[in-house]
Amino acid sequence: MPHSSHLPVFYFIATIAIAMILRVMSLWPELDPFNPDWIILALIYWSMALPERFGVFTAWTVGILTDVLTGRLLGQYALIYALVVYFSIREHRRLRQFPMLQQCSFVFFCLISSQSIIFGTESMQAGNRFTLEFWYPVFTGTLMWPLVFWALRYIRVVARIA
Amino acid sequence: MLAFAVYPLQTLASLPVDAYTSISGTVISYLELQKENQRLKEAKLVNDAKLLKLDALEKENIRLRVLLENSFQLGEQVLIAELLSVKLVPYEHTVVVNKGSRFGVHAKQPVLDSNGIVGQVIRALPNSSEVMLITDPDHAIPVEVNRNGLRTIAFGTGQPNRLHLPFLANNADVVPGDLLVTSGLGGGFPAGYPVAVVDKFEARPDKSFANIYATPTAQLEKSREFLIVWSDANPIVIGEQNKPKPHAGKEQPHAAQ
Repeated sequence: MPHSSHLPVFYFIATIAIAMILRVMSLWPELDPFNPDWIILALIYWSMALPERFGVFTAWTVGILTDVLTGRLLGQYALIYALVVYFSIREHRRLRQFPMLQQCSFVFFCLISSQSIIFGTESMQAGNRFTLEFWYPVFTGTLMWPLVFWALRYIRVVARIA
Repeated sequence: MLAFAVYPLQTLASLPVDAYTSISGTVISYLELQKENQRLKEAKLVNDAKLLKLDALEKENIRLRVLLENSFQLGEQVLIAELLSVKLVPYEHTVVVNKGSRFGVHAKQPVLDSNGIVGQVIRALPNSSEVMLITDPDHAIPVEVNRNGLRTIAFGTGQPNRLHLPFLANNADVVPGDLLVTSGLGGGFPAGYPVAVVDKFEARPDKSFANIYATPTAQLEKSREFLIVWSDANPIVIGEQNKPKPHAGKEQPHAAQ
């Protein structure tokens, strides 16, 4: 399909933009502490589905944008996303074969290591007293993975991105 | 620079809630409007009466301060900023408002609502700025007890409506119901604005400091309009224009004694 060479890029940017909006959106203030890192979920999916198109550098760029969006230590998310995407690309063949439960455990591992990196950098900065709330997004993110996976796969199948 | 790239995302994220509030504002019933109007009129009457007295009190205060040859801080300017329905970091108590450095907002400015101190600006982008609330676990604010002028520091707890005062002794003269106001120490916040009301005093006989908790007076979760304050950095000395150098010669012998 020669005409669709720019199509995946468009869908990638669109889904990442939606993920970023979801990341900062606050529809119900009570649910804010549970808001997972949607961007990391979208990045894991795309690096699993199209590892030959989107690599570590793309993830790093997305991370820099996320850093600016959330306004914390610059480079924090760039590092995290680059690392997560590196591991998901390395394991993408295995990830594609995994049943959903095993994929969820991989996502859980990614989310908890990313949150630990944030924990490290933030507690280096100041006398942070993190509450238990800090770790909620790890669990909600893991639970949201099947949803993100099916939604993005649906988009990919409908848009015929291979 | 990159802030311009992500600004549309913030606006889009805030759109659904903004649309909802604007729609619910449009379709509000006539009866409710009437009621609200009535209530606001009453509130205005009360506030006007208070302002009348305030004027007189302010004059008196300035007079007394001239007597004390004290400096007096004047000229606080405010800018009304509206809340965007955006939550940047899930575990932090920060909010985003729709006025930024294009309006002259800069970091470390105090932010109020009509009931008291809300927090301070921690980052100003061109079109929006981030406000850290006083309940954030990273936030501390110098306060004093309004009743007796006892000074201390109030920390955020991370819980939505709780402040913690860890540095007061077990025998400190603080009782539940005491109003805490900003002390103006440290220069971040202008003095005299209400911050919180003490609601729990927990003496700990085994420790030297008591556990004191307070509830912020500002409606941190309900307010949608905030005031960003510019306070004059250099205090204006009252009476300087009337009598240049009030005690230039007198001070020396005093110090020599």
